[in-house]
Amino acid sequence: MEIAIVKYNAGNMFSVVNALKRLGITPQITDEAEQLQKADRVLFPGQGNAKTAMDYLRQHGLDKIITGLRQPVLGICVGQQLLCRHSEEGNTPCLGIFDVDVKKFVPNHHDEKVPAMGWNELTHLKSPLFKGLHDGDYTYFVHSYYVPVCENTIAQANYILPYSAAIHKDNFWATQFHPEKSGQVGETILRNFLEMKN
Amino acid sequence: MLAKRIIPCLDVKDGETVKGTHFVNLRQAGDPVELGKEYSRQGADELVYLDITATSDGRKTFTNLVTRVAREINIPFTVGGGIESIADVERLLYAGADKISINSAAIRHPELIDEISKRFGSQVCVCAIDARNDADGWHCYIKGGRERTPLKLMDWAREVADRGAGEILFTSMDHDGVKQGFANEALAQLSSEVSIPVIASGGAGKKEHFRDAFTLGKADAALAASVFHFGEITIPDLKRYLRSEGINVRI
Repeated sequence: MEIAIVKYNAGNMFSVVNALKRLGITPQITDEAEQLQKADRVLFPGQGNAKTAMDYLRQHGLDKIITGLRQPVLGICVGQQLLCRHSEEGNTPCLGIFDVDVKKFVPNHHDEKVPAMGWNELTHLKSPLFKGLHDGDYTYFVHSYYVPVCENTIAQANYILPYSAAIHKDNFWATQFHPEKSGQVGETILRNFLEMKN
Repeated sequence: MLAKRIIPCLDVKDGETVKGTHFVNLRQAGDPVELGKEYSRQGADELVYLDITATSDGRKTFTNLVTRVAREINIPFTVGGGIESIADVERLLYAGADKISINSAAIRHPELIDEISKRFGSQVCVCAIDARNDADGWHCYIKGGRERTPLKLMDWAREVADRGAGEILFTSMDHDGVKQGFANEALAQLSSEVSIPVIASGGAGKKEHFRDAFTLGKADAALAASVFHFGEITIPDLKRYLRSEGINVRI
């Protein structure tokens, strides 16, 4: 199976590459249209600033390539946010696969620290992506912006408010948390994604 | 809600863990990667690897170790010890560390914090603060606690948060190694002063101490070394206890 990781300026590829290697897969890291299009699965991780990332994707024509992909695609963290319609971070129009806008966390009181960093419970699981997992399993999150609960939500987390821990539409899956850093639970999710039917 | 985190800390010298370990089932008990994997398997939420080597050869060995840890371990880990410059940070992040911890260098060059958080994001930058409750109040120390600075603990904590640190790792030198509990009063004050997570360090001796660090000290995470390495407290046992005390931990 050929796995491609989208190469751009906001990816922390190392940990995703390492996680795939632990599953016995060596991914291609590429920004070439042909390689991305012919891969069996595409991962789109992200870290950092949404605006800087979108500027880069547009300048390099990656925006059209990503939205045109037909095989299962997995966005991670900022990768998930970039697949949405718009992000409050830098007031940035994004790729628009998911018809939902990314918001900034607004704490209600001092204990609610932003960025949200650490392990949180997944609830309302509904997707083959979570096969073998249960409501209450924990994954690792680091983020200041979130995707509200919407019709594409396939898992929720609750911090400051309930929000989308994962979303799905057509061939696009995306998680706010980092499966590559989420222990056994994360490994199960990555494996489920790799086994996803086209 | 985010779970309270339990973080074992591993001191590394010339590529080997320094403190004793009770994990007799490990083929190489001194191997930091094997030990880290075991902690991860037991339910540690994160790991901290601290390089206590003072030589440049040792630093190279440590960087290679970070690469191995990143390959093998599937939970977040922080590395620290002797980080002086943005080049050091870059080297360790590119080796695969999720976060880096800076201490003396941040006090000597506070702008290093701004630089790290701007270039790599604040979530990468853990500011370690060693402090002691002297007759004239809590003060920050550098060089492994050997040198007192004029900096007051709360002032410095606010400054590192303002400059973009993602977390504070607070070690009370009065409590460290004594196993009588964490510095809960100072921890609680830190938590109310800054709006970034605070990791409690120094003083863990029994399970109740962890509970108190979370309830009285309002810490977001608690770090310990010897109680875990010597098997005085095991992580599954500790987490079951904390949950029975109503504390949200990942099991």
